[in-house]
Amino acid sequence: MGQIEWAMWANEQALASGLILITGGIVATAAQFAQWYFGVYSIAAGVFVCLLEYPRGKRRKGSTMERCGQKYMTKVVKLFGPLTRNYYVRAFLHLGLSVPAGFLLATILGTACLAIASGIYLLAAVRGEQWTPIEPKPKERPQVGTTIKQPPSNPPPRPPAEARKKLSEEESAAATSVPSGPQENPIPVTDEVV
Amino acid sequence: MLILIPVCRNLLSFLRGTCSFCRSTLRKQLDHNLTFHKLVAYMICLHTAIHIIAHLFNFERYSNSRKATDGSIASVLSSLYNDKKEENYWLNPFHSQDMTVEYVTFTTIAGLTGVIITIALVLMVTSAMEFIRRSYFEVFWYTHHLFVIYFIGLGLHGIGGIVRGQTQESMHESDPRKCEESFQTWNDHHPSCKNPRFEGHAPESWKWILAPLILYLFERIILRGYRSLQKVEIIKVVMHPSKVLELQLTKRGFSMEVGQYIFVKCPSISYLEWHPFTLTSAPEEDFFSIHIRAAGDWTENLIRAFEQQHSPFPRIQVDGPFGTVSEDVFQYEVAMLVGAGIGVTPFASILKSIWYKFRQDDRKLKTQTIYFYWICRETGAFAWFNDLLASLEQEMEELGKVGFLNYRLFLTGWNSNIAGHAALNFDKATDILTGLKQKTFFGRPMWDNEFSAIATAHPKSAVGVFLCGPKKMAKSLSKRCRQHSSLDPRKVQFYFNKENF
Repeated sequence: MGQIEWAMWANEQALASGLILITGGIVATAAQFAQWYFGVYSIAAGVFVCLLEYPRGKRRKGSTMERCGQKYMTKVVKLFGPLTRNYYVRAFLHLGLSVPAGFLLATILGTACLAIASGIYLLAAVRGEQWTPIEPKPKERPQVGTTIKQPPSNPPPRPPAEARKKLSEEESAAATSVPSGPQENPIPVTDEVV
Repeated sequence: MLILIPVCRNLLSFLRGTCSFCRSTLRKQLDHNLTFHKLVAYMICLHTAIHIIAHLFNFERYSNSRKATDGSIASVLSSLYNDKKEENYWLNPFHSQDMTVEYVTFTTIAGLTGVIITIALVLMVTSAMEFIRRSYFEVFWYTHHLFVIYFIGLGLHGIGGIVRGQTQESMHESDPRKCEESFQTWNDHHPSCKNPRFEGHAPESWKWILAPLILYLFERIILRGYRSLQKVEIIKVVMHPSKVLELQLTKRGFSMEVGQYIFVKCPSISYLEWHPFTLTSAPEEDFFSIHIRAAGDWTENLIRAFEQQHSPFPRIQVDGPFGTVSEDVFQYEVAMLVGAGIGVTPFASILKSIWYKFRQDDRKLKTQTIYFYWICRETGAFAWFNDLLASLEQEMEELGKVGFLNYRLFLTGWNSNIAGHAALNFDKATDILTGLKQKTFFGRPMWDNEFSAIATAHPKSAVGVFLCGPKKMAKSLSKRCRQHSSLDPRKVQFYFNKENF
């Protein structure tokens, strides 16, 4: 039990609570129950909670499966810095959000579920967990230009190995010889076109 | 009710055993028990939502009727029999005008149990999401036991009798079709229509859940409890490379078939957790063995406990064996066995069993040819299986049946070092990594080639494809099974079977 990251479960629970809040709110508003304005609040709170909880945080150990299309919300959630990183803030935020929905029967289930999620987030915060965004690793582009520094030093046609050894002795002796043209042919090459 | 039956594993094993004369397609459905369990769970969630929404409307209407002052039939019905001194013939559960819907919800049995069990349901579902279940199994396992609260609450949910109907005698006295128009005159001493009387419907959900609940509790408590009290002796403990622990055990009265699994509990590590492991020994041996890989809290603690070699070893309790598809392997003429990494364990049991059946010259083996594919990331994991394959290789040669077992090992986590080493030793007769005659392949298998080769080699057979591995591989293999099965039912047919825990 020691390695459990409670925040992951709290995240699932909060997401589910958000959906329940939205559903309860829609029912209450559409049917114009008594005090249906709480239903409107519940829809708004539910949407907010869903958007906040949609990007899954990164696990401390092991790989994390991203939710479909979460990278856009990850950017937004990251913007708020410590407000979204810290789980104490999330715990109390969810607790606060859940209270008004408790006044209407249609949304009271959302209240209960969100309050439970808030409790689990509190547990996660006490154990020092944090929300870290899942970011794609920057792709390493091989820089084509920089790996080629000089043209090849011994391009074909190349003489066999013995001639090359002799040539290197000659070259070290005649270090001052000026290369004629872009390539120095180790074996005299004749143009055979007649 | 349907949610409990797919997890009664003893019942499923029993059905599988008695249905051996049924066609295998019927029995295959028993292997999808967990999928069915999840589908039923989704249905329960959907219908819970519908039920709750319906009752929200219902309560709202009751509340409005109670507060109505327009003398409509709804308000007249609502005001009947509201003093508790008379008998319980009321219709509207809102007995006074100031009762709010929330008050009635939380002070009636139905409302209270409803809220509690719905919260339990939500918690069970969120902790059972695939991500949570795979990464933090204990959260899922312990939270899922909220089902006890769920079923108790479900049984009690209807006791309050809030859903009401007219009593039989009242129906005779005041038939609604006759009397609904004249509701304003019911209270006059008019003999034809008296005030209708209502009674609550008896609770009925217990009738649906009682039998499966008793069955499940019997399995969990009695069978598992009885089995856990039986003594399990540890004969041998082997630590293999790559942190794989092999335990060889015996238990009185234990008998198994190939590819079955058992639940194992180690009280010194955790009093409540039972974990499933595939059996890697053959039924012909006089012990049963499991190979355990370090994959989480419980397994790591177990391996550490055995590594320290203190005697006495920690006590082990065993429940099982429970059956899976591998039992069908011998029913196919040609079998393709594919195991990914530790997923090879059921096939270890099968291959060992084949070895024994060969030695005893068992004529009941329908299998003529076996193709075995083992796909693995690192070489260390091969080691414990090496001896088995080496002895099988030798056995085949001795008996002259070289074509019976064809195996291909694939190393997917290779680097240029290993590949270079293999290239240098290309000419050697045995493979450098495993010491077996069959060379290790690098990379993933090209399934299309394998399937077409097998289809060409066995044009008229039914080929059973068995996989223990990841979902993607399952999709890829089942697609190829469909592609390479011939349209003519007399020619080669590939049947795909997948098992996974």
